[in-house]
Amino acid sequence: MTEGLNLPEYYIPPEIEGTVAITTLDRIYNWGRRYSVWPMFFGLACCAIEMIATAGARFDMARFGMEIMRPSPRQCDLMIISGTVTKKLVPQIVRLYNQMPEPKYVLSMGACASGGGPFKRGYNVVAGIDKFLPVDVYVPGCPPTPQALLFGLMKIQEKIDQESISKVRWYSDEPDEGIPVPILGPDLIDPRDFPALLKKEQEKEKQA
Amino acid sequence: MSEQTAVINKINQSIINRFPDWVREDEREGYEGLLVEAAHLIPFMEVLRDEFGYDSLTSVTGVDYLPEEKMEVVYHLYKSTGGSILVVKVQVPRSSPVIPSLVGLYPGAAFQEREAWDLLGIRFEGHPNLKRILMWEGFEGHPLRKDWVEAFFEGEFKPYEDRWPEGKVSKIETDKPLGKNINYPEGFNPETWIPDAKELLFQGTVSLKTEDDDPGLETEHLVVNLGPQHPSTHGVFRMVAKLEGETVVDLEPVMGYLHRNHEKIGERNTFSMNMPYTDRLDYFCSMSNNFGYALSVEKLLGEKYQPPERAQYIRVIMAELTRILNHFMAIGFFLNDLGAYFTPALYAIKERELILDIFEAVSGSRMMCNYFRFGGVVRDLPEGIEEHIRKMVYERLPRQIDEMDRYLVDNEIVVSRCQGVGVLTPEQAIAYSAAGPVLRASGVPYDIRRADPYGIYDRFDFDVAVRYHGDVYDRFLIKYDEVRQSIRILQQAIDGLPGGEILANKPAYKFRMPKGESYGRVEGPKGELGFYIVSDGTNNPWRYHVRAPSFINLTGLREMSLGEKIADLVAILGSIDIVLGEVDR
Repeated sequence: MTEGLNLPEYYIPPEIEGTVAITTLDRIYNWGRRYSVWPMFFGLACCAIEMIATAGARFDMARFGMEIMRPSPRQCDLMIISGTVTKKLVPQIVRLYNQMPEPKYVLSMGACASGGGPFKRGYNVVAGIDKFLPVDVYVPGCPPTPQALLFGLMKIQEKIDQESISKVRWYSDEPDEGIPVPILGPDLIDPRDFPALLKKEQEKEKQA
Repeated sequence: MSEQTAVINKINQSIINRFPDWVREDEREGYEGLLVEAAHLIPFMEVLRDEFGYDSLTSVTGVDYLPEEKMEVVYHLYKSTGGSILVVKVQVPRSSPVIPSLVGLYPGAAFQEREAWDLLGIRFEGHPNLKRILMWEGFEGHPLRKDWVEAFFEGEFKPYEDRWPEGKVSKIETDKPLGKNINYPEGFNPETWIPDAKELLFQGTVSLKTEDDDPGLETEHLVVNLGPQHPSTHGVFRMVAKLEGETVVDLEPVMGYLHRNHEKIGERNTFSMNMPYTDRLDYFCSMSNNFGYALSVEKLLGEKYQPPERAQYIRVIMAELTRILNHFMAIGFFLNDLGAYFTPALYAIKERELILDIFEAVSGSRMMCNYFRFGGVVRDLPEGIEEHIRKMVYERLPRQIDEMDRYLVDNEIVVSRCQGVGVLTPEQAIAYSAAGPVLRASGVPYDIRRADPYGIYDRFDFDVAVRYHGDVYDRFLIKYDEVRQSIRILQQAIDGLPGGEILANKPAYKFRMPKGESYGRVEGPKGELGFYIVSDGTNNPWRYHVRAPSFINLTGLREMSLGEKIADLVAILGSIDIVLGEVDR
């Protein structure tokens, strides 16, 4: 029950082992979070099927405390980008990410989500979700096997373990602005690119 | 093969005799079918439908013949009573590609014409709702035109130039402004640009709202958006439903959220490079997708590439296993949609895993098999897998499908939620170009394996599964029937599996492709999966089009949903069994 919770330097008598632990606030905070990660039930493409297979009986994601997959972003803290991210869909993905409450993590599953994969050169494809969202763990594969996804999820847990309650961004005073939602224009427009685009335009005018 | 060609020629001749002034034979090398003048298209098609019996317009697509400055629209038609495909083509000048719309005659053309408009810029006059379908409104250009280049353009055809010139890596990203896969038109300025795309995207939604059908009563319609992020839309599909109380009075499907530019990438690839891409169309059924593509390329390559006996049998085994896998998952997900959250799906996933074990053993990959090659399959069955398949098809699968039957079919909730809901009559099903289980559940016994046999399907003894009510319940039950028939085919195939070669030719990277076109179609688990390929004699296809069954089956979704309750919408969509990789391609 208290596995991984007790600090190794403290001796716990064998008769109360498993019921008492001497630990730090950070450790118990992370220990509680690492076994209750709720992924978002959000399938994009092929990888979503392997994600469902991971939730199935053979691979059983529930062993890691992750069996509750919620379709609503308000109830999730892990977004698994399971498939090709297209330009038409990326405004919705960014909006969903902004709607997730902190703490939140992003796992990029498969080649397409990580860098465009085989569809990288497509005119409607965003070559990697990391162009828009901060990705915590990349899982390679096309699609990754359920074992690979489980390994990625364990990496998320490891990342959670290393966080400190005094430094995490969701308790800091800086307000969370969210990520600006891309716009569908003649092509995909990222509002963060506006200064660069304007500069380019001005340079052109100068030359003319 | 020659016998079949003779029959097709005879049919073509009889049609030409009926319209000597309007129609002529397509005499280009390697091409088949009839060329019709655009002005006479509608009366011609009307006669084809009503007199000659070509009642189903299965595929509509365009080809951009840039060197000849022509656009061509290709129609594939068949009779719902069986027989081979009839190809009809219309040519228009590339500068003003306008063609009369066939939606009035064949409502099934609605989405496909919109797709041709979206990707090729061919305008269909008289189409009731001609707007972009896969890309968003406001997108610049028509991407499948040959002179349209994408942002990450490296060269017309693969394989591309060396990416390590003089030992230094060169990446396409570094040359692009902002390093992104983005192409803005000349003079684009984000400050002065007026964002009208969003309004256009929701145009359908807005027009749904402004209709006043009962002047005496003041009512307000409610517009509900399901998706693209919705647990029951099987991916990133979106439905815009207009409700009167709880009843659906209008519905518009919105798609393209997973448009991965399969066709544009396919035209840059060589022929053999496209095989792994077909895996990712309908990602449940990679083996059947491989089958369809291999078939259409083999048709182009000719007799020399006919697969040997053993490969033919292996192909049938893999395709039928795929069908069983798909239907198990469809049953599981359908019950998910009805509210039996995940428990039936767990049973289905269990069977899927066991079939995936076979796929992994033969091809090395669970989902993306990339197993078929032109003229056979890539490698032989590994030792011991034959015994495993035999056990599966004789013992495990029949037992499991009976178990699913026992648990679910007579369940009171399933029956009361499904019977009489979302009815599609046989006439409607044919008119809307429905295919596969959707068509057969409406009482049309059309199965390509029987109606226009390919591979060695003419050797097996099986029944065409058919149900007659056309409601959600029948579309659910027909999956059981089809699994049982597939098991029958599998039992015969595994018993008759001969030894010998598995590839007709030496494994090759490049092929000497003859000029011409071909349309190969298979009865995929979701319906007719067709590949239309035009070759100009080089290593790369000039045109590569996929007739995706899930996409075209959705044309009838509005018809099925009108007058139903909003809660049943989810069940109706679940019963059509779509996969977004194939809908959007």
